[in-house]
Amino acid sequence: MNVAVAVDDEVRYEARPSASEAGPATKRVVVGYGFWIFLLSDIVMFAAIFAAYAVLAHATAGGPSGVQLFNQRSVAIETGCLLASSYTCGLMSLAIGSRRYAVTYLAALITFVLGAAFLALELREFAGMIAIGAGPQRSAFLSAFFTLVGCHGLHVTAGLVWLIVMMAQVAIKGFRATVERRLLCFSLFWHALDIIWVWLFTVVYLMGALS
Amino acid sequence: MTDTQYDRAPGDASALPDVEQGTTSGVLVYTIGLVLAVVLTAMSFWVANTSLLWPPGVSLGLTVLAIAQMGVHLVFFLHVTTGPDNTNNVMALAFGVLLVALVVVGSLLIMADLNDGMMPAPELMNLQMQH
Repeated sequence: MNVAVAVDDEVRYEARPSASEAGPATKRVVVGYGFWIFLLSDIVMFAAIFAAYAVLAHATAGGPSGVQLFNQRSVAIETGCLLASSYTCGLMSLAIGSRRYAVTYLAALITFVLGAAFLALELREFAGMIAIGAGPQRSAFLSAFFTLVGCHGLHVTAGLVWLIVMMAQVAIKGFRATVERRLLCFSLFWHALDIIWVWLFTVVYLMGALS
Repeated sequence: MTDTQYDRAPGDASALPDVEQGTTSGVLVYTIGLVLAVVLTAMSFWVANTSLLWPPGVSLGLTVLAIAQMGVHLVFFLHVTTGPDNTNNVMALAFGVLLVALVVVGSLLIMADLNDGMMPAPELMNLQMQH
């Protein structure tokens, strides 16, 4: 059977034993699954905040509404930054797979810079809103807005810190199995943040500009 | 049982050795994902700003585009597949989607229903939405 396996990818795929016959999964798969469960629980938490925002979106209490506050151009740039950083994060995991240090550091650097640019734009937007008296205490709509977008921003901040820590580990420890599994978890985390941002710019910024 | 080395975790670009698959095809997968995501994002921004479309349908269109882009991210960036070693991840994802749908749709339905119940006088209508 193993001779046929080497012929091509199709044969290899079909000759693979089913999940119950293959024995215990590798640690890499188990770690990925565990982190996947964490990400899903994080997404469920975001769902609750999204629901709160959707319910309160029109509760402006006479204050400014989304149409007056949101700047679609800066949102488009933020979206581009986050999407591009997700792409370079993917390239980084490919470089890790083929053990190329220079490409890994370069991709990590670009990922970090794009993520930091996203965060800077978001903080500038927050500061601008607070400066014109549209802070989180102004209305239920703005409380929900700052909770939702701020929570995503906090996740991005945590991701940036995590990326620095991981690059330090790669520099000191090299590509050993534990470091590689942590990098896998980081890339999962970073891509999941991008999925949340897709819903965020759709529900908050684009649908908010409709009404 | 050397086959276990072909197990694939979510986020794994490829569990096969590089000689088999090469990083070029990995780059290709991420690039296809990026292009699709950029196209869908651009469509979302266009749909939200155009006056060509029937206005009540715009939010539905935006939702569909967001779901499509989520699918693109899951397949091309997170590498969720239908392979046998991915069954657990897909089941967990399905459960997560169920929970998210229950939380969001349930909250919106219940709050809209409560809002409908607040109808006694025009000045009291939409009371909960005033604060």
